[in-house]
Amino acid sequence: MNGPQDLGGQMGFGPVAPEQDEPQYHAAWEARAMGITLACGALGQWPLDEGRFARESLHPAIYYNATYYEIWIRALEKLLVKYGLVSAQELATGQALPAPAHARQLTPDRVPAALARGTPTDRPVSTAPKFTPGQRVRTINAHPQHHTRLPRYLRGHTGVIESEHGGFVLPDTNAHGNGENPERLYTVVFDGAEVWGKDAEPGLTISADLWEGYLEHA
Amino acid sequence: MPHDHHDHDNHLDPMDARVRALETILTTKGLIDPVAVDTIIETYAHKVGPQNGARVVAKAWAEPDFADWLRRDANAAIASLGYTGRQGEHMQAVFNTPTQHNVVVCTLCSCYPWTVLGLPPVWYKSPAYRSRVVLEPRAVLAEFGLTLPEDTNIRVWDSTAELRYLVIPMRPDGTEAMDQAALAALVTRESMIGTGLARVPA
Repeated sequence: MNGPQDLGGQMGFGPVAPEQDEPQYHAAWEARAMGITLACGALGQWPLDEGRFARESLHPAIYYNATYYEIWIRALEKLLVKYGLVSAQELATGQALPAPAHARQLTPDRVPAALARGTPTDRPVSTAPKFTPGQRVRTINAHPQHHTRLPRYLRGHTGVIESEHGGFVLPDTNAHGNGENPERLYTVVFDGAEVWGKDAEPGLTISADLWEGYLEHA
Repeated sequence: MPHDHHDHDNHLDPMDARVRALETILTTKGLIDPVAVDTIIETYAHKVGPQNGARVVAKAWAEPDFADWLRRDANAAIASLGYTGRQGEHMQAVFNTPTQHNVVVCTLCSCYPWTVLGLPPVWYKSPAYRSRVVLEPRAVLAEFGLTLPEDTNIRVWDSTAELRYLVIPMRPDGTEAMDQAALAALVTRESMIGTGLARVPA
């Protein structure tokens, strides 16, 4: 979706302002927000793709005003309600009736293994690669309402296939419960001038990791 | 509210109350165990952070065979040091050279190689960095105090899928006699994202 998350090439956000000796969190609640989000993810109700879609579906005025962990919490609340794990009334009142531990509750003893395993998203695909390294490709021009990982600033542009990585879960369908539909993933390199025209900095190339369906022969 | 507020700061932050209430609900309903949340937080406070990536870089500088392995199969090479897991499932290492400097971003969210760098800093997730580094990386790098030679090309890697990128900065001059622990101390987080260079020994 063309949401607030799709930031490449946007203007007006000012300088980057890196902070010297930045602390890991800027408030105690941020640490809890991080841990709670990961613990809820371990319930296995939604894939990371759907979590990303929940974040980018926040109203732009909220998304741009929020710190990143606030974005996480707002999206988490939406997902918990959507999957019937928490009700809107419980969120509004802060009260809930006690219930036994969920079958997939992340217990402390399972944390190290869960974090060390992660969630690999590579999948076998049986079709031959449509593109090979060195080939020129053009990204599709599309503006889907659904989750996608082809950023706006790279749509309709020509680049070169640098490498092919095998099959990966397709976010466009997986974010919406429509299956993993793995497709081959390619690293595609774009010349700065192809993307930004006369406003490109000299000597710039940009690469993105793009699924086969995002690409056509150029 | 059942919680005691006195052991936390930011009493006036509405997010503090919101997250506290959410954690209480989730705990009451058996969806999370707060001790597991503590364990997650402790993992990224003490075990998983940029010190991991610095060890990878130092080893690559000191051992050409390891550097080759990192180029061919970063996932296996990094896993050999014990760094695996969440947001590092599909690692790629990209090597800076005198002619190409690499910079990593996620314009669409905050994808970042957690297994080797830990949690991303605020600036990495900020709209300013995500919007600008693909369009005007030299101007952005200057805000980090980094000005590259005019003839160094810049390659920006937008992490649009599940591949996670670790930049291998160039080894500074004057480090020939240093062991891997001393080398690792020169490797900053920013140098492994591409918004900085490795430190020059004093």
